[in-house]
Amino acid sequence: MAALLDVSGLHAVYGSTRVLHGIDFSLEEGSITALLGANGAGKTTTLRALCAMIQTEGAICFDGVRIEDKATEEIVRLGIAHVPDGRGTFVHLTTEENLRLGAYVRRDRRAVAEDFERIYGYFPRIKERRHQQAGTLSGGEQQMLAVSRALMLRPRLLLLDEPSFGLAPLVVREIFDIMGTINTNEKVSILLVEQNAAMALDLADHAYLIETGRVVFSGSADEIKRNDAVRHAYLGY
Amino acid sequence: MNAFLDQIFAGLATGGIYASVALALVMIYQATHLVNFAQGEMAMFSTYIAWSLINAGMPYWAAFFLTIAIAFVLGVLVERIIVRPVERAPVLSVVVVFIGMLVIFNSLAGWIYTYTIKVFPSPFPKQPLHWGGHFVSAHQLGAVGVTLVVLALLYAFFRYTSLGLAMRAVAQNPESSRLVGIRVGRMLALGWGLASAIGAIAGMMVAPTVYLEPNMMSGILLYAFAAALVGGIDSPAGAVLGGFLVGVLENLLGAYVVGNELKLVVALVLIVGVLVVKPSGLFGKVHVTRV
Repeated sequence: MAALLDVSGLHAVYGSTRVLHGIDFSLEEGSITALLGANGAGKTTTLRALCAMIQTEGAICFDGVRIEDKATEEIVRLGIAHVPDGRGTFVHLTTEENLRLGAYVRRDRRAVAEDFERIYGYFPRIKERRHQQAGTLSGGEQQMLAVSRALMLRPRLLLLDEPSFGLAPLVVREIFDIMGTINTNEKVSILLVEQNAAMALDLADHAYLIETGRVVFSGSADEIKRNDAVRHAYLGY
Repeated sequence: MNAFLDQIFAGLATGGIYASVALALVMIYQATHLVNFAQGEMAMFSTYIAWSLINAGMPYWAAFFLTIAIAFVLGVLVERIIVRPVERAPVLSVVVVFIGMLVIFNSLAGWIYTYTIKVFPSPFPKQPLHWGGHFVSAHQLGAVGVTLVVLALLYAFFRYTSLGLAMRAVAQNPESSRLVGIRVGRMLALGWGLASAIGAIAGMMVAPTVYLEPNMMSGILLYAFAAALVGGIDSPAGAVLGGFLVGVLENLLGAYVVGNELKLVVALVLIVGVLVVKPSGLFGKVHVTRV
């Protein structure tokens, strides 16, 4: 079965600094894949590269279509939803308006209305706060909102950048559990960037370890959890 | 008492004009978070286009709506050709570009149409309406009515349509807007087009009263700024209310307190005062952000 996402030889540059030095990875439809590594390894940059938010070289193939030369807005329309680090919430708009924007490119009104209900089902706290200004939500709620907004696209692939950042472990657990459920129920493939390797490996099927802009190890999540040497060397535990 | 009420009515009438120009300013601000200093001159230029159409024999309302369409296109072109290249420049550079546009539009109008004043027709009846003991010009009442209609349409647009929501999103957070698939460039162009169209309506409502000449809008622009700030630079309703408030205050203070020579000072004092005491204006939202 062809991979949903296939990345080869991805280089990325910030100004004159080369940050990615030829990343190769792929992910299968329906899977949860984690990109792990230390701070500054290039994980967030990889996600930004996928959405054309930075200058890149190399090939990115999504569902058989080459997307490395497309604009961010077009890539979204192909079914890739990106939850950026920092959440990217529209803080001056209400929660509900944020969700409406998530569905901006969709034409199927009735399905959008159904999606509102389904997502409120996954995240009841978001429903409670739907008329509230989004910037006043707590950190955990904003993360839930950011994920909800991405899901309103009905994406094929969900990119999650450091969803655990700044959140209490219990809240992270709650969100990760819902992610697992969504992956199973909705068949949304997930590419997850995380510094919290332990939690990410519990959720993911597959993982790639990134260090200074290169993939240094890849394997199933179980393999990596069992491989003490790799864990000590690259994940610090 | 009669004179006092007359001043208030006159203030409301001029206030309606300030309100419509203020609306155009708020429109651009809502779409782009920029203040367009050339708004008045673009409106004046559009009014000259209407004048040319009417002079060529086109009936008033046909010319009115065609001018709005032309003004829309003009706004889009200005955004694409002049504003887009300075998108990422520092704010001060953008301000200089806008002031440059102000001068260019003003001079262009003077060069093409000369500086002699021209008469611009009003679509409303010439007889003043008699009400109580007062006469109210039908045109001024009509102009206020048009302003309120435009306001209602704008409010509905921003609040209830996807496009309006997308425009608000782009003004606040262009990067996140891209991540939900909004074509940011198109939204900015649309915002400018709409503001230019609103400005054209304001120009066509003002011109019958103050006569059409290239410097028609310069005094009005200052009052419109005061109005937009008093009402809250991100609130269309605030802009309109601010317009009426400024109009009435200008007249009352001019008649009873400072005299006519210092009327313009009223606007300046208002601007400074509002920014010092309540920078977000009467109806602007104070945004709370969690860090």
